[in-house]
Amino acid sequence: MLTAIIDYDSGNLHSAEKAFQRMARETGTGEVIVTSSPEDVLRADRVVLPGDGAFPACKAELFEHSGLFEATEEAVIRRGRPFLGICIGMQMLSTTGHEYVETPGFDWIGGDVVKITPADPSLKVPHMGWNNLVIDSPHPLLAGVASGDHAYFVHSYHFQVKDPAHRLAHVDYGGDITAIVGRDNMVGMQFHPEKSQHIGLRMIANFLSWAP
Amino acid sequence: MLKTRIIPCLDVADGRVVKGVNFVDLIDAGDPVESAKAYDAAGADELCFLDIHATHENRGTMYDLARRTAEHCFMPLTIGGGVRTSEDVRKLLLSGADKVSFNSAAVANPDVVADAANRFGSQCIVVAIDAKTVAPGKWEIFTHGGRRGTGIDAVEFAKLVVAKGAGEILLTSMDRDGTRAGFNLPLTRAISDAVPVPVIASGGVGTLDHLVEGVTEGGASAVLAASIFHFGDYTIREAKEYMAAAGIPMRLT
Repeated sequence: MLTAIIDYDSGNLHSAEKAFQRMARETGTGEVIVTSSPEDVLRADRVVLPGDGAFPACKAELFEHSGLFEATEEAVIRRGRPFLGICIGMQMLSTTGHEYVETPGFDWIGGDVVKITPADPSLKVPHMGWNNLVIDSPHPLLAGVASGDHAYFVHSYHFQVKDPAHRLAHVDYGGDITAIVGRDNMVGMQFHPEKSQHIGLRMIANFLSWAP
Repeated sequence: MLKTRIIPCLDVADGRVVKGVNFVDLIDAGDPVESAKAYDAAGADELCFLDIHATHENRGTMYDLARRTAEHCFMPLTIGGGVRTSEDVRKLLLSGADKVSFNSAAVANPDVVADAANRFGSQCIVVAIDAKTVAPGKWEIFTHGGRRGTGIDAVEFAKLVVAKGAGEILLTSMDRDGTRAGFNLPLTRAISDAVPVPVIASGGVGTLDHLVEGVTEGGASAVLAASIFHFGDYTIREAKEYMAAAGIPMRLT
């Protein structure tokens, strides 16, 4: 079993690498590599797309790696490999991102990524820190995770899904903020599982043994 | 609901914790990674490492420290001290830091904040502001560990760096730092009211009531403390339970 974490020069991959490697070791689910090679993505059994920073910059950097997006699309859409997007890697699943400029996403899960505008104007943006999940729909990645468990968020934009069935969990921050999206063989997390202590590690372990 | 964060801060020089950390079961109290692991297990919401010497020669030790910490602690880590350019930010992020804090460099040239925020996103750019009271309701930025006045108004500067792209302000009251007399609450309130981003209150914590006041009166989104935790006066858990009992939303699990 091979899990590929896609490296496209977007932020801190060291923590994600270490968290996935640790859980792969604990659950006996094979090897975890960090790679920007399309061949690695195609031979991987599971694919993880992280991402930190701004939507347009992340999208541009991903597409600067020749063949990397095409390989990811082949693995996830046509071959149905389990896929996990994290933070901007989750937001890019959308139809359109609205950070700075309108940027087309992959359109794998319909919806828009828009600025967080809390109903209470005293709430700060970025939405930064630990917030408790409200599970909208049970999912194998949430085994052992309950509504009320905390995850670590740091973001100023959020994913508003078109089809409510694609929202698996949310948090409250002066209104609903999408925390987890998913359909078929793909899941996206707005928070950082690799930074969410035992709850995050649990979700990573669940992903590594998920057979959609 | 978003929870108020408690952030223990470790002062580091040449790769070792300065002032020491007084926990039971620490194999090496001077090793920042050992301390980080203890705070991780204790339920701290984030960790902060401050490189207090930050000479060019010892930068490598901070990268190594970030790397080793990220291998053991799956929680947010901020690193500050001696960060001058967006290239410094990049190296720290690649080593395992989640957020990087500018201090004197942002005062000397606020555009460095814009440069780093454009490259890596506001969410990972913190600006540390060290302010001293110069008149009632008036605070001035000091640099170089509080030794050098700048004539710059702290509230105006906070607004400026946020406009440049800072995603968080780490605010230290130089009047209170090390006194254990509590945060400078009017300063904390003035800054947190002036900017739309989270403010971390720092400097002066001596009791658990001080942590509560930083949030209820100062309007801080997070509270940072060093000695009350390092020397075992209070555990992270005690602090969280105390703040929760005072009505502040805390992460207790």
